[in-house]
Amino acid sequence: MESKRITVFAGHYGSGKTNIAVNYALRLREEFDKVSIADLDIVNPYFRTKDSEKHLEARGIHLISSEYANSNVDVPALPAEAYSIIDDLSVRAVVDVGGDDRGALALGRYAPSIIEQNDYEYLLVINKFRPLTPDCASTIGVMREIETACRMKFTGIVNNSNLGDETTAEDVISSIGYAEEISKASSLPIRMTTVKEDLFDTLKDKVVNCTPIKLYVKQSWAKVTAD
Amino acid sequence: MAEKVLMKGNEALAEAAIMAGCRHYFGYPITPQTEVAAYMAKRMPLIGGTFLQAESEIAAINMVYGAAAAGKRTMTSSSSPGIALKSEGISYLAGSDLPALIINVQRGGPGLGGIQPSQSDYFQATKSAGHGDFHLVVLAPASVQEMVNLTFKGFDLADKYRMPVMLLSDGTMGQMMEPVSLDMGEIKEYDKSGWAACGTNCEREHNVVNSLFIQPDELERYNFERYERYAKIEAEEVMYDEYMMDDAEICIVAYGVAARVSQNAIDKARAQGIKVGMIRPITLWPFPKAVLNAAADKVKAFISVELSMGQMIEDIELATRCKKPVLLCNRVGGMIPTTEDVLNSINEANSVGGDK
Repeated sequence: MESKRITVFAGHYGSGKTNIAVNYALRLREEFDKVSIADLDIVNPYFRTKDSEKHLEARGIHLISSEYANSNVDVPALPAEAYSIIDDLSVRAVVDVGGDDRGALALGRYAPSIIEQNDYEYLLVINKFRPLTPDCASTIGVMREIETACRMKFTGIVNNSNLGDETTAEDVISSIGYAEEISKASSLPIRMTTVKEDLFDTLKDKVVNCTPIKLYVKQSWAKVTAD
Repeated sequence: MAEKVLMKGNEALAEAAIMAGCRHYFGYPITPQTEVAAYMAKRMPLIGGTFLQAESEIAAINMVYGAAAAGKRTMTSSSSPGIALKSEGISYLAGSDLPALIINVQRGGPGLGGIQPSQSDYFQATKSAGHGDFHLVVLAPASVQEMVNLTFKGFDLADKYRMPVMLLSDGTMGQMMEPVSLDMGEIKEYDKSGWAACGTNCEREHNVVNSLFIQPDELERYNFERYERYAKIEAEEVMYDEYMMDDAEICIVAYGVAARVSQNAIDKARAQGIKVGMIRPITLWPFPKAVLNAAADKVKAFISVELSMGQMIEDIELATRCKKPVLLCNRVGGMIPTTEDVLNSINEANSVGGDK
């Protein structure tokens, strides 16, 4: 898998950044001995990289997160250890940024060093089934807000268009035009089209850089009740 | 089929409010409901609506009072401690017969409590959301789609009966993401010209919106009149969902996130041959008394599954006239019962249940 030393995931709130970051870190670990994942989310108190901590540590991936993450102390703090992903050149790092411009603000602290080292990929996660980013113009709008907040330009796109458990192959195919339009308007390549594992075989030859992902955090209440 | 979108519960109810014609939102941030305010802050300016972050919860609820008095569809949202602060204003809304939607995305309590999900504001929502004799219609969604449907319905009921309605959600329901359809159909318009204080054009007498009645006989009359409306709501607006109740010997009663866990537990218990079903209240007030009372003649025991110390269980006992034992299966403080917790209670009910 072609990768840079640091891969940063950002995007609209709820676009799927955290789960993609966890999946990506696990894939990197197959190739590299030292992989870290840094949770820079300062806006979301509930679903975070920290939820996958045991799973990540068991697979030899080092999780860097605020000591307040999942402590239920609602403090927007950043981990001091996050600098290690910049300073330690022997580590492959994945960075999970909080949603929207508000979440991306935290990345700004690290952006100058990441840009200076110039060995990074900064990926915008998009989902056309999210109500505030249903088309090219709105998604580009969110993208520009994020770039302004963190003072760092994206280098690629992850098309994660999905409807959760109900996603069908047709849903993913219907998002191709959306992703291509954003790619064209922003001059950014589509680095991945992420799909649920069970759709991978159907879609691998039909979408750009098709990448299977697992949903790592499942809850007892996850099943949908009848409506 | 309508196009679906993937939404968080908090965002879904905010968008549904906008689709229901709400253009006036007043709030104050608190976890785990802040997405409602954040979503409104983004959307309202784009559609000519008002998003206003008030200086406090008390200010926000009184701004809701003002917008409602002018005949506008309006709402506020908060989480448990913030709702407590709003309780005076909620009572004023009820005492002035004003329609409004109040969202409570519950978190653990009492006091500042914690930020994780809870259902411990059941008493507050259904019995005593403020001082004085009054009720709120209390709606309890158990999916993101229901967040949408019940927000839409909540505005309609508020206008129909001229009263505040509460959507009783919790942190889990607010934060979970599910695909939803936002196709809600037509908004039913209600004539508010007889009471709304929205300008006379010098063509009619002033409408006065007020909850102060100095003469006791007049205040009594308003109370009696209001309770006639409540009786009509109890007769006509009860909503509930039944799951596997046809042959059930044990009946779980649960709402919101507790109902979702319970449904998974029921599936497991059924696989073991235990005949268990669920009555899920969708309106917590009016409470589905009649269906529970009828079920009490068929099942051997009830289980109240709640994220509180035994609040809804009292309504189940009242509704069923204590004809059958009611067990409590609960976790509190931000903890959610596991499927196994509910299964254990089902097994217990299966062994102890019988005619009382």
